[in-house]
Amino acid sequence: MKSMYKNAILALIFMASFTLVACNQGGSNSGGALKSSAAEKVFVAPGEYDSHYAFISGGFSGQLSVYGLPSGRLFKVIPVFSVDAEKAYGFNEETKDMLRTSHGYIPWGDSHHPDISQTNGVIDGRWVFINENNTPRIARISLETYETAEILEIPNSAGNHSSSFVTENTEYVVAGTRFSVPIPQRDMAIKDYKGNFKAALSFIKVDPESGNMDLDFQVLMPGFDYDLSHPGRGKSHGWFFFSTYNTEEAHTLLEVNASQNDKDFIAAVNWKKAQEYIKQGKFKTMPANYVHNVYSDETHSTTSTNKKSVRVLDASKLPGLVYLMPTPKSPHGCDVDPSGEYIVGSGKLSASMTVHSFSKMLKAIENKEFDGEAYGIPILKFESTLAGTVEQPGLGPLHTEFDGKGNAYTTFFISSEVVKWKLGTWEVVDRKPTYYSVGHLMIPGGNSRKPFGKYLVAMNKITKDRYLPTGPEVTQSAQLYDISGEKMELLLDFPTVGEPHYAAGAPAEVIKGFSKKFFKLEENKHPYATKSEADARVVRDGKNVHIYMTAIRSHFAPDNIEGIKVGDRVYFHVTNLEQDYDVPHGISMIGANTSELLIMPGQTETFVWEPKQVGVWPFYCTDFCSALHQEMQGYVRVSPRNSNIKLSWSLDGE
Amino acid sequence: MKKSKVLMITGSLLLLTLFVLPLWNITLEAPQYPDPLGLDIHIDKLADGNNPNDVKNIDLLNHYIGMERLPEDMLEFQIFPIVVLVMAILGVLAGLTGKPKVYLTWVVIMAVLGIAGIYDFYSWLYHYGHNLNPHAILKFVDKNGNPMAYDPPVFGTKQLLNFTVHSYPASGAYAMMVGILMAIWAFVTGKKES
Repeated sequence: MKSMYKNAILALIFMASFTLVACNQGGSNSGGALKSSAAEKVFVAPGEYDSHYAFISGGFSGQLSVYGLPSGRLFKVIPVFSVDAEKAYGFNEETKDMLRTSHGYIPWGDSHHPDISQTNGVIDGRWVFINENNTPRIARISLETYETAEILEIPNSAGNHSSSFVTENTEYVVAGTRFSVPIPQRDMAIKDYKGNFKAALSFIKVDPESGNMDLDFQVLMPGFDYDLSHPGRGKSHGWFFFSTYNTEEAHTLLEVNASQNDKDFIAAVNWKKAQEYIKQGKFKTMPANYVHNVYSDETHSTTSTNKKSVRVLDASKLPGLVYLMPTPKSPHGCDVDPSGEYIVGSGKLSASMTVHSFSKMLKAIENKEFDGEAYGIPILKFESTLAGTVEQPGLGPLHTEFDGKGNAYTTFFISSEVVKWKLGTWEVVDRKPTYYSVGHLMIPGGNSRKPFGKYLVAMNKITKDRYLPTGPEVTQSAQLYDISGEKMELLLDFPTVGEPHYAAGAPAEVIKGFSKKFFKLEENKHPYATKSEADARVVRDGKNVHIYMTAIRSHFAPDNIEGIKVGDRVYFHVTNLEQDYDVPHGISMIGANTSELLIMPGQTETFVWEPKQVGVWPFYCTDFCSALHQEMQGYVRVSPRNSNIKLSWSLDGE
Repeated sequence: MKKSKVLMITGSLLLLTLFVLPLWNITLEAPQYPDPLGLDIHIDKLADGNNPNDVKNIDLLNHYIGMERLPEDMLEFQIFPIVVLVMAILGVLAGLTGKPKVYLTWVVIMAVLGIAGIYDFYSWLYHYGHNLNPHAILKFVDKNGNPMAYDPPVFGTKQLLNFTVHSYPASGAYAMMVGILMAIWAFVTGKKES
C-alpha cells in the first residue's frame, strides 16, 4: 500500500517534469499548437496571391530571385551578372553585351545588395538596383519586365560592397569600394599601400523618367575598406553614411592587422555639398576605363558604350565634404532609422552597438568638436555624436532594419540570432534564434522612411541540418518571422537560390501594377524583326546567312530551309508574333554551340549556328507553347561548301 | 415643340450612337483565359472586345478548328452605316411631320431592318461555324458522328469545347432599342395630342 502511494508520487513528478520539457519546447521551437498557427500565417491558398514581393539577391549566383511572402514561394530568377542559358541571357546576340566590361566579357558576378527605387523616401516599385562585388558594377532591373535593363561598371573601385543604396528620391544610387587600390591603377609595390592606395565612393545619377544611370562623380577617400552604406533620410537627406574598417591601412593578413584599432569610422558624406563643389568646378576629371550597357525594350538589344573619364572630388582637400565618426571595432552594418536621426554602426568585433545621432553630429560639426583628422578629413569626437549604446545585445552584430514603430532589429552572426531593441532607450526587447549564422535581414521597406513592419526575413549563411541533405553542398535558406507583435515569431524556413545575401521587399500593391504582359509588336524596333509571316525570308551575305523567322502557335516560318553550307554562320533572328499574355516560344537547333532562345510575345532574339556537318538538321520550339507544340519544328539542309544548291525557304510548301 | 416630336427626333438620333458603340458582344471564357477574350461587333467593323489583340487571338484559336479568319472588311460594314444614317435622317424627318402614323411606319421599318440584321448576323455565325477547313488541326464530331459545328449562339450562352461563349447585345443595341421605344412612345403621345 505504501509503495503504491510512493509510485503514484513518482509518476506525478515524472509527468510534471515531462510537461515542463514540453512547454519549454513550445516556447523556443514553436511546437504543437503554435506550429499550426504559424502554418496558417504562411499559407496562401492555391490561386491566391502573396501579400508581399521579396527580391532576394543570389549572392555568388550573380542573380536576383523574386519570392512571395509570406509563402516563401519562388516566382522567377532574374539573371543579372551571370549568364542564364534558360533565358539566353549572356548567350544570345541581344544580351551578350550586357556582360561586357572593361576587362572583356565576364559570365559571372557576385550580386549583393538589392534596393528598390524610392520617391519621397517611400518605395515606389519601379526599379531594383543591385551591385556586383567582384568586378564592380551596378545593375538596374526593370519591374515592368523583370529583366536587367542596365549595367554600369564602376571605375577606381574594387570589391564593390558598400553599394547599391538609393537616396530618398532615387537622385543617386551609391556605390562604395571595399578594397582600396592605386587610383588611377598603376604598377607599384603592395607594401607601399599605406597613404598611397585610395578609395572611391561613387554617386550615380538616376534619370527620374528612364531610370538610366550615369556616374556623376566620385569622392576620393583615404585607403580604408568601405564596408556598407546607407542614405540619410528625412532630416538627414543629403548625407550618405559609410562604415569603414581597416583604418589601420593594412595590406596583408587583414584578419589580424585590420583588427587592431579600437575604433574605425563611419564616414558621413555631404552629397549636397559635393554637388555644390561640382557646380563650382572643384572636381578633377580623371581618365578612367569603364563600360556602360543599356538594354532597350524597343530594339530588344543592348547598347554598350566605353566610358573614358570620371569627375573626382578629393575629400582630403574639400572642407565640409566628409566627416568621420569614430565607431568601435570594425563596423559592418551602417543603418539609418526611418526618421533619419539615428545611424547604427554594428561593430562586428564589439560587444555593444554604437548609435550615432544625426542632430548631434551637425552640432558637433558646428562647434568643431574634433578629435584630430585623417588625411585632412575631420574626425568628430566619439562622445559628441553618440546617441546611445545597445549594451551586450549578442555576438557579432551585422545589420539592422526598422519596423517604423520605434523598434530596430539586428542580426548577430556569431550568436546566430535576431535581436529586437528599442530606439531611444536602447533596451533589448526580444531575441529569436536563426538557423544558422544570419547575415542580412530584410523588413519590407526597412531601408526607407516607411517600413511595412509585418514580416522580417533573416538570410542565413549556413543551414547544416535544417533540410534533407544534398551532398556536401546543402541548400541556402531564409527565414520568415512575424514581427507584428511584441515578440517575434518564427513562421517559415524556405530555401533560396544561391546565397541569399540581402533582399528588398514591398507590399504587392506597390509593385505588381507595373508588370508588363507582353511587348507590342508594332513597337518592336529590332533591326532583324520580322513582323509578319509574309516577311519571313533568308538572306545570304557572304558566309553569313540571316534567317528572318517568325514564331506563332504552332509553327515557325520558314520551317524548311535549303542552301546552307558547311562553314556558314547562320543567324536565326526569331520574332514571336504572339500578342497575348504568357505565350513565349523557345527555339534551338541541333548542334548549336549556344543556349536556346526564350522569346516573349512581340520580341525578337537571335542565336548563331555554325553547321559543321553535311545533313538535314532539325530545330524545334523548346517552350511548351500550345497543344501543337510537338509539331512546332523545322529542318535545315546543310550542303558541302562547294555545292550549287540555291538558297530557298518555305512554309507548307509555299 | 410638341412632346411627341421631341421624342421621335431624339429617339431616331439615338441611332447615331451606333457609329461609336458596339452592337453586339461575344465573350469567350476558358480556364486558360482568366481574362476572357471578347469580340465587339460594330456596324462597320469587328473590334477587340475586352483587351487589345482579342480579334487576333480569337483567330489564332480558331485556326486549330479550321475556322476562317474573321473578316476585316465585308459588304455589311459598308451597308449598315448607310442604313443607320438614312434611318436616323428619316426618323428626324418623320418627327418633323408630327404625324403619329409616320412615326409608326418608321418603327415598323426599323423592326423589319432589325430582324433582317439579326438574320444576317446569324447566317454569318452559321457560315463561320460550319465552313471549316477539311485539313483542320482539331476535328471533333458530335454524338451522331457528324463534324462538330462551332457557331456561337445568336443570343445567350453556349459551351464550345473548352470555351463558354456568351453572345449578348452591347451598348449600341441598347441605345437603339431605347430609340425605338421612344418612337413608339412618340406614337402613343402623338395620338393623344391630336
